[in-house]
Amino acid sequence: MIEFHLDSRSGVAPYLQLIQQVRQALRLGLLREGDQLPTVKEVSGALAINPNTVLKAYRELEYEGLAAAKPGVGTFVTKTLTDESIAAHQQLAKDLLCWYREARAAGLDTESIDGIYRQTVRSALQEEAV
Amino acid sequence: MTAAIEARGLGKQYGRRWALTDCTLSIPAGHVVGLVGPNGAGKTTLINLSTGMLAPTAGSIAVLGKQPASDPGQLAKVGYVAQDTPTYSGMSVEDHLRFVAHMNPAWDNGMAVKRVQQLGLDLKQKAGKLSGGQRAQLALTLAIAKRPQLLMLDEPIASLDPLARREFLQILMEATAEQELSVVMSSHLVADLERVADYLIVLVASRVQIAGEVDNLLATHHLVTGPRRDPDALPLSQRVITASHTDRQSTMLVRSDEPVVDPSWSASQIDLEDLVLAYMGQARDGSPGMTDQVGTKVLEEKR
Repeated sequence: MIEFHLDSRSGVAPYLQLIQQVRQALRLGLLREGDQLPTVKEVSGALAINPNTVLKAYRELEYEGLAAAKPGVGTFVTKTLTDESIAAHQQLAKDLLCWYREARAAGLDTESIDGIYRQTVRSALQEEAV
Repeated sequence: MTAAIEARGLGKQYGRRWALTDCTLSIPAGHVVGLVGPNGAGKTTLINLSTGMLAPTAGSIAVLGKQPASDPGQLAKVGYVAQDTPTYSGMSVEDHLRFVAHMNPAWDNGMAVKRVQQLGLDLKQKAGKLSGGQRAQLALTLAIAKRPQLLMLDEPIASLDPLARREFLQILMEATAEQELSVVMSSHLVADLERVADYLIVLVASRVQIAGEVDNLLATHHLVTGPRRDPDALPLSQRVITASHTDRQSTMLVRSDEPVVDPSWSASQIDLEDLVLAYMGQARDGSPGMTDQVGTKVLEEKR
C-alpha cells in the first residue's frame, strides 16, 4: 500500500499528482501487479481532498491500463512498470547534461535554460497533437 | 438526477437592502460546492434560504427537488451547521447525541458514537468546555450522522486553527466519499476550499458572479499577456474579465471555451484563488450583474 501526499505549491493539479505518484511507485517497484491502492475514502480522508479528485485519478489510471477497479473491493494495480528504459534514462540524462553545460557555456542562466526546455517540449507536444 | 439546489430569480430583501439579488443557480447533486465571497456578500442568506430558515422575497428555490423545510421528510434530508458551529454549552456530548437522535429519523447512532470516540471526545463533557475545534467536530458529527443527502455548512472553519481546519475537512471529505453526500460550504477564504470544492459559486455584493464546476472554470479561463491592445479587439469568443495595461503591455484574464492561440500572446493557466479574486475585483470596480455580457472589463491604466 502506498501513501499519497500533495504539494500545494507545485502548480500540478491534485489528481495529476496522485497519478504521478502511482506511476513513480510502479517505476520504483514500491507497487506491483496485484497490489491494492488506498480506497477513495481513505485518500479523501487522509489528504482532505474531494473524493471526485481521487476517482478522477483512479479512472485515468484505469484508462492507462495501470489499475482496475473491483466493485465493492477497491482498485488494484494491473501492470508493473518494470523499467526496461532505465538504461535509456541514464543516456538521456547524460545527453541533457551535455546540453545543459553547453547552454551554461553560452551564458544562459537557469531561468532561460528552463524557459527553452519548457518552450521546446510545449511546441513538440503541440506538433505531436496536430 | 434531481438538482441539489435549483434557484430561479431568487432574492431576499431586508428593509430597503437586497441581501441576495436575482440568483439563478442549478447545482447538480454529488458535488462539494464552495460558496465564496467577502463578508456581507449574501452567503449566509443563500444558505438560510436553502435550509428554509428564511423565506424568499422574490423568485423560488428548490432543494433536492422540493421547497426547503416543507415537511419532516425534507428536513431529514438536509443537514445544516450554522456559522461558528454552535452547540448547547450546558449539554454534554452524550446529551447532544441523544437530542439530535430524537429529532432525526435516519439517525445513525453507531456512526455518531464511533466518530465521537475517534475524535477523543469525552461523552460526559459539557459542550461549553470543548475547544473551538472539538465543538466544530461535534457539530459536524451531528450533521453527518443524521445521514442527510445535502449538507450545508456556513463558514464552518473560519474560526479554527490550521490543525483543526484540516481535521474538520478530513472528516468532511471522508463522509462525502462514504455517504455520497452533496455539500455546500461557504468561506471567505479560497484556500480553505481549493482541494475540497469541485463546484464553485462566487457571490459578491448580493449577486452570483460566476458558478460552475471548478475543472471547467479553470480550463476556460486564461491569463494572457502580450503587446498592448484594446480588449474590444479580441475575438468575440473571448470574454475579458479583467484587463490591465502598461504603455506597452496588456495583461488580461479572458474566459474562452477555446484555447487562446494568438502567437503574439503568452497564455497561462490560473488557479482558483486568481479566478475568485478576478471576479471579486470585477464586481467591485465594474458594474455588478453585467458579468454575462460580452466585453465587461476593468480597465486600469498603469504608466
